[in-house]
Amino acid sequence: MALRNKKRLRHNLIAYSLIAPFLAIFLLVFLYPTFKVIQLSFTNSPLIGDGEWVGLDNFRRLFADRLFYTSLYNNIYFVVLTVVPTTAIALGIALMVNRLKGRLQALILATFFLPYILPVSVVTEIWAWMLDVQFGVVQPAIEAVIGRSMPVFRNPQWVMPTIAVVTIWWTNGFNVLLFIAGLRNIPSELYEAAALDGATSRQQFMRVTWPLLWPVTTLVLTLQLILQLKLFDQVYLLSQGGPFNQSYVLLLMVYREAFQLNQGGYASAVALVLFVMIMVVSVLQFQLLRIGGRK
Amino acid sequence: MIQTRKIENIILSVITLCAAAIWVFPLYWAMVTSLRRESRVVSDSAGLIPDEFNLTSYIDAILNTRLLTWYWNSIGTSLIITVVTVVTSMMCAYAISQMRFPGRRLLYLVVLASFMIPAQALVVSQFILMNDMGLINTWGAIILPQLIVPVVIIVYKQFFDAVPKELREAVLLDGGGEYTLLFKVYLPLNWGITAALSIITFIGAWNAFFWPFLVATSESTMTIPVGITQVQDTFGVQYARVMSVALLGAMPVAVAYLLFQRRVTEAVMISSGVKG
Repeated sequence: MALRNKKRLRHNLIAYSLIAPFLAIFLLVFLYPTFKVIQLSFTNSPLIGDGEWVGLDNFRRLFADRLFYTSLYNNIYFVVLTVVPTTAIALGIALMVNRLKGRLQALILATFFLPYILPVSVVTEIWAWMLDVQFGVVQPAIEAVIGRSMPVFRNPQWVMPTIAVVTIWWTNGFNVLLFIAGLRNIPSELYEAAALDGATSRQQFMRVTWPLLWPVTTLVLTLQLILQLKLFDQVYLLSQGGPFNQSYVLLLMVYREAFQLNQGGYASAVALVLFVMIMVVSVLQFQLLRIGGRK
Repeated sequence: MIQTRKIENIILSVITLCAAAIWVFPLYWAMVTSLRRESRVVSDSAGLIPDEFNLTSYIDAILNTRLLTWYWNSIGTSLIITVVTVVTSMMCAYAISQMRFPGRRLLYLVVLASFMIPAQALVVSQFILMNDMGLINTWGAIILPQLIVPVVIIVYKQFFDAVPKELREAVLLDGGGEYTLLFKVYLPLNWGITAALSIITFIGAWNAFFWPFLVATSESTMTIPVGITQVQDTFGVQYARVMSVALLGAMPVAVAYLLFQRRVTEAVMISSGVKG
């Protein structure tokens, strides 16, 4: 009995030694900051230094802050501009790429995927140059349509759609890959059987491809939803939230309040709202995936 | 019938190629711009076709910015993040997958939950922590919060779960311990997944912007994605130079991707769970 207990103890100690390095880092830089940000949101702390407990004051202030609603609206607007379009575009591209064979397929796929591995600042610098109001290579095309050149990042109507286009160009390759993996997982016998039954390519898509691709589609949609809610980099680098706050988003508000206005407590309250939004979406995603997996 | 199929095929291929051309155009244009003289970039005669091969702006970029320092910071921090993340996650995943100990279920739940926590929402408290530790403007601050990549644990656990139990029992009977099992059996069996997870972690660390941007405020500690945003301030609106720096910044990962295309593609698919 004693020997058994000793063995058990040894086993547990070895297990704890295996998890210790991860757990130590996790507790320090993830779990502690998670509780800390919640605690901070109830104080009037500056970024560095102590503050006092102010209860729900930050949240009261937040829900009366017009900039908060503007940011929230812009976050949602950006999600609308990106999530479904990028999913649709990625599906279209994946279907096209999937028809190609061998080296050509690899080459074309690389073309679509390459932007995804670029640092965001490289992406924004290239697009800022392409859309430069004086010398930008895209401006003649804009002129052809609306009759004049357009400083896209300084126009309240154009700023968010343009950032959405840049974002789709940058991140779409990831979605294309997921769809291609999904397409490859569809057994080819299904298409053969459908062809034998005389199904047209349209019918094959509607009856075979689309239903079997649905789990991947929901995965792409939810991953995109979460990703696009976390918008910061592109907006900060291309428009700084302007003009007239038309591209101001929640994470930018966190940044401004904490790092420029020295309002650590208030910034934490904003961060917490974003935190809850993303958690809700993630839990939904998790449930969706579970349901998808059971089918 | 066969005739129309053929025409349909050709039309679709043409559309595919056009889409690919549109997609690659921004990179092509950045390249063309970077190889022109500054005065020509903004002149009316500058067409869409490359007509110049001028490396001045590249040389200028390397000599007059701290690009080499940023490379060094990016390579150093990304490598450390990758190695530490993969090793610690692998050990943790092994324990969760193969061993039974008090707290195991709770630990796995915490990992799954942290998968849903957006790290961006923690920047304020993480920044305060790094400041308290005196790490602002050091590699430590850039690295530490990036060491938590829950998906690495989740994927490792799935793959370790799939290793036949007989193997484990055989090694244990031979007197091998858990560490032997992990590093001599489970790791060699899963080199493919280790490579995939390392690639994903490295690309993520190399491209990270928001966090390094917050904690690396002096040019000497900046990483590539943060550093190249300084160049516009240095050069003003000198587009050939800005494009040269951007392309140089993008180069290492882009080249690595083109060399190991298949591996990167598979890595992305595996880590997002669409392929096991």
